[in-house]
Amino acid sequence: MDFNDQIESSGDEEEITAEAVLKTLYNAWQNERLSPEILPHCNEMVECMLGQIQHMERNINKLPKTDLRASIHKMELSRIKYIICNYLRARLCKIEKHCIPIINEERQRIESGTNYLTPSEYKYAQEYLLNMEGHFKSVVLDKVPGNMQTFEMNKMAIYPNLQSHVFLKANETVNGVVLDLPGEQDEEIDLEEGSQHILLYKPVADLVKSGKVQLI
Amino acid sequence: MFGEKVIELIKEAERNPDTMDPFNDEKLRQILEEMQLLFKMNMNDANATSENRSLWTTVQVRHAALERNKRCLLAYLYSRMNKIKTLRWEFGSVLPPDIRELLSDEEYQWFSKYSTNLATYMRSLGQDIGYSGIDLTENLKPPKSLFIEVLCVVDYGKLELEDGDVIMLKKNSRHFLPTSECQTLIRQGVLKQIT
Repeated sequence: MDFNDQIESSGDEEEITAEAVLKTLYNAWQNERLSPEILPHCNEMVECMLGQIQHMERNINKLPKTDLRASIHKMELSRIKYIICNYLRARLCKIEKHCIPIINEERQRIESGTNYLTPSEYKYAQEYLLNMEGHFKSVVLDKVPGNMQTFEMNKMAIYPNLQSHVFLKANETVNGVVLDLPGEQDEEIDLEEGSQHILLYKPVADLVKSGKVQLI
Repeated sequence: MFGEKVIELIKEAERNPDTMDPFNDEKLRQILEEMQLLFKMNMNDANATSENRSLWTTVQVRHAALERNKRCLLAYLYSRMNKIKTLRWEFGSVLPPDIRELLSDEEYQWFSKYSTNLATYMRSLGQDIGYSGIDLTENLKPPKSLFIEVLCVVDYGKLELEDGDVIMLKKNSRHFLPTSECQTLIRQGVLKQIT
């Protein structure tokens, strides 16, 4: 019934415990909820966890209903499910809100093979934008005078605010992070392992994506 | 003054950020009319004064009003779209009739498209590992306990639980049910949480 004994049965090429997967997922969830822009997806982790949940559920069903272990494990599972759902939902909300810039950037990222969205998320984003455009057209744009009927993508786009402040904790020591503060001189700071900071999101965006710092 | 009606429309959308108002068809029509009128006046003046520049300022002011109207109309639609999205997450793909009435036909179409798109996405989740998708709308709140006590508000009929038990949901009956299975019914107003 333990997380650790199940991982052997899934037989991954890479040795990784379910606990580690959950930890990664948890961090990804936290980052996703706190960062202003969309982050690279971690679909493998989600799928791995889903597989584990399925496995656990089967095991739980073998136990008698009144077994205390069953209810404790069920509670644990519903917590994990909540994390997954909330994580995916947080991503969807961002995709919907910033869908124009995200699609544009994603197109380039797909070419270079560093896509942030999963294929189904990308499809969702495109379909969403298409529906939105269709709705605007049928209600307003088709009925306004001729020279204003265009759907102006660049005017409709909502960009994430990369200049917002975030709380973060350094997972490892990072030296020489350059803060280009607007209207001030560039400043360089070192992030020590385990230290906590409040910084603008933009200078640390890459560190968040590479997992060197954790948003809190 | 140009653009006054559109401001009323925006204010209307802003006034009740959490509730849905009926779609203001009439106002939309008036604004569109105003825009057509402005456009015609502009065309006339622009054609008449290709040499005489004295009317250019007027034309420009009208054009600004047109742009503003367009922008505000789209903002109105967009803010309603956001509210409709919340409805999808709260009620699922079928809207209660009293809420359905608040949407215009086009909005309802958009709602169905949004709903289908979301459903397609949710079905695709975990497909690679043989999952048949996850319903993201099921786990909106962090789980506090496995079972909750609920009061049934309407005569709903039979409900089959995941483990195969069938229970009768009658008006004013109390039940002790798994949280995961009654979330949707609570949101639909069939059950009420009493603990």
